[in-house]
Amino acid sequence: MTRSFSLRMPQFILAILLMLAGIVSISLLSRIELEIAGKNLTSIGLLISGLVFYSGILVIVSMFKDETILSVALLLPSIVAVAIFVYGFIAWSFRVSLSKWKGLNPDYTWVGLKQYSDLIFHDQRFLIDVRNTAVFTVGFILGCLILGLGMAILLDQRLKGEALFRGIFLFPMSISFIASGVVWGWLMNPATGSRIAGINLIFKSLGLDFLISLWHSSPPPWGMAFTVLPAVWQLSGFTMALYLGGIRSVSEDLREAARVDGASEFEIYRYIILPMLQPVTLSAVIILGHMSLKIFDLIVAIGNKDLRLDVPGIYMWTTTFDGTNYAQGAAIGILMLVSVALLVVPYLIQSMRTEAEL
Amino acid sequence: MNSRALVNSLFYAILVALAVVYLLPVYMLIITGLKPITEVDLKTMWDLPTMGIHFDNFIAGYKQLAPNLTNSLVMVIPEAILSALLGSLNGYLLSKWKFRNSNLIFTLILFGMFIPYQSILIPLVKFMQSIKLYGDLPGLILVHIIYGIPITTLIFRNYYAGISSEILEAGRIDGASLWGLYRHIMFPLSAPSFAVVIIWQFTQAWNEFLFAVILTNQSHWPVTVALNNLAGSQLVQWNVLMAATLLAALPTLLVYIFLGRFFLRGLMAGALKG
Repeated sequence: MTRSFSLRMPQFILAILLMLAGIVSISLLSRIELEIAGKNLTSIGLLISGLVFYSGILVIVSMFKDETILSVALLLPSIVAVAIFVYGFIAWSFRVSLSKWKGLNPDYTWVGLKQYSDLIFHDQRFLIDVRNTAVFTVGFILGCLILGLGMAILLDQRLKGEALFRGIFLFPMSISFIASGVVWGWLMNPATGSRIAGINLIFKSLGLDFLISLWHSSPPPWGMAFTVLPAVWQLSGFTMALYLGGIRSVSEDLREAARVDGASEFEIYRYIILPMLQPVTLSAVIILGHMSLKIFDLIVAIGNKDLRLDVPGIYMWTTTFDGTNYAQGAAIGILMLVSVALLVVPYLIQSMRTEAEL
Repeated sequence: MNSRALVNSLFYAILVALAVVYLLPVYMLIITGLKPITEVDLKTMWDLPTMGIHFDNFIAGYKQLAPNLTNSLVMVIPEAILSALLGSLNGYLLSKWKFRNSNLIFTLILFGMFIPYQSILIPLVKFMQSIKLYGDLPGLILVHIIYGIPITTLIFRNYYAGISSEILEAGRIDGASLWGLYRHIMFPLSAPSFAVVIIWQFTQAWNEFLFAVILTNQSHWPVTVALNNLAGSQLVQWNVLMAATLLAALPTLLVYIFLGRFFLRGLMAGALKG
């Protein structure tokens, strides 16, 4: 009974058949192209054939008594995919960033860290990008945290219509950055005089002329600060939901005890609830921060590649695919990755450790 | 008691004011879309339609985006379903069949969710070109599934971790295998998290822009790319552009309105654990 592997005939035959089918279709597909509805699907066909072959192996692996082997084997395709598409491609990008590849033909001539030093020390545009990202990140995080916490405290009062308000604050999250950027780009119309439109028109008809603004067309760096508005519109509701979850997890008993001790509602928030919300704030800063460090589509939709609103993501896109400067594009991509990793990796390691203790 | 009522009405006033600001862009999109072309005027852009309800702008916007809405739909549906199946399998294995270093592997997979895709973009394009999946939707579907592995695995893993291992232990004593436990116990219990993941992946892929603009050519553009292109061209009137924007945002908005609670759970899973 302690055998670690037991050969069962029907399964074994099934395994052989699956592996054979996989091999046959792989060898067919490597000779002829597979075309369905005008699409060349040879690679997809090869992928599926490979998986059929692999499922034959899985059937054999399932005959081991120790099922953790099967577990690892089942996970393997996903692990391999992530290993190639995330880690392999990062390594490849890094290698490109150490080259002088400019133009359509790959050129892997080694130039060391030259692309990085050029970007950081000699490139005005990249400097603007870093400043813009900093402005955006600070404005975006502060805006979301302050509004989110405020809305969460208001909604915690168990007023009537709470669900409706929560829904209204959250719905912009479901819209794409592109759609939101297009709408807000139009609402923040800088035109004046007879062409006045958007929010400026509201200000004018309310007699609040002093609020009329050039919005994202303001001189740098203020223009960038206004691109924060649509981003906060989209993600303050999410921050609110995080905070509301945190506030509601503070037990009612604790609050009641504080009330009995004579604390006012304000003091309960100030001295009991707010300190307990620090982990929520940390999560929110990490999630919002990593989004803003790689902000891209929202700015594309608002600014339409306006250089005053440039960010690293857009620079990477234009220099690589319009300017065919692949080495520089790769270096920008890797710098973006480093900035996000500095924020996220400590957090991931921390949550892995706490997980291991459980 | 009276001061409490006063404070409450102050809170209401703030909430209502905020709600008005949050709804303002949608209000503008809807009223602009419903006006006849003849009534469109910058001066009255915030006023309700006075000449009856017309769908001219929506029809004109739909004409601009129709093929792209189809492209998005064709891409998103298989993507969401396959992602969910893969995520479910991964989540099951990583929560109930832990092996040595499985937590490390999970963390390494998870990191893929945070990376800026600019850092893998050049190799991705070259790779997709070399396997001839560049320019069309099947390639984009594959890319979305692969880069969706971290989040779908995370959501399912957290969900399955909450299902007591005792049920599985009982099944194991009855002689069920790893596969049998999944098919007969875990999978039937997974409906809620399938809803969360399918909705999440649907929304993400529908709204995604970078992969779409880099990996597809013009005839296969999803709706985000086409909308951005429309906004950049000077040929389209703003009222048609606003109607087109509403059409492009409508599917995910409807998903949010009708299935919002699942959407929210997806968000919270994305937030990791506090």
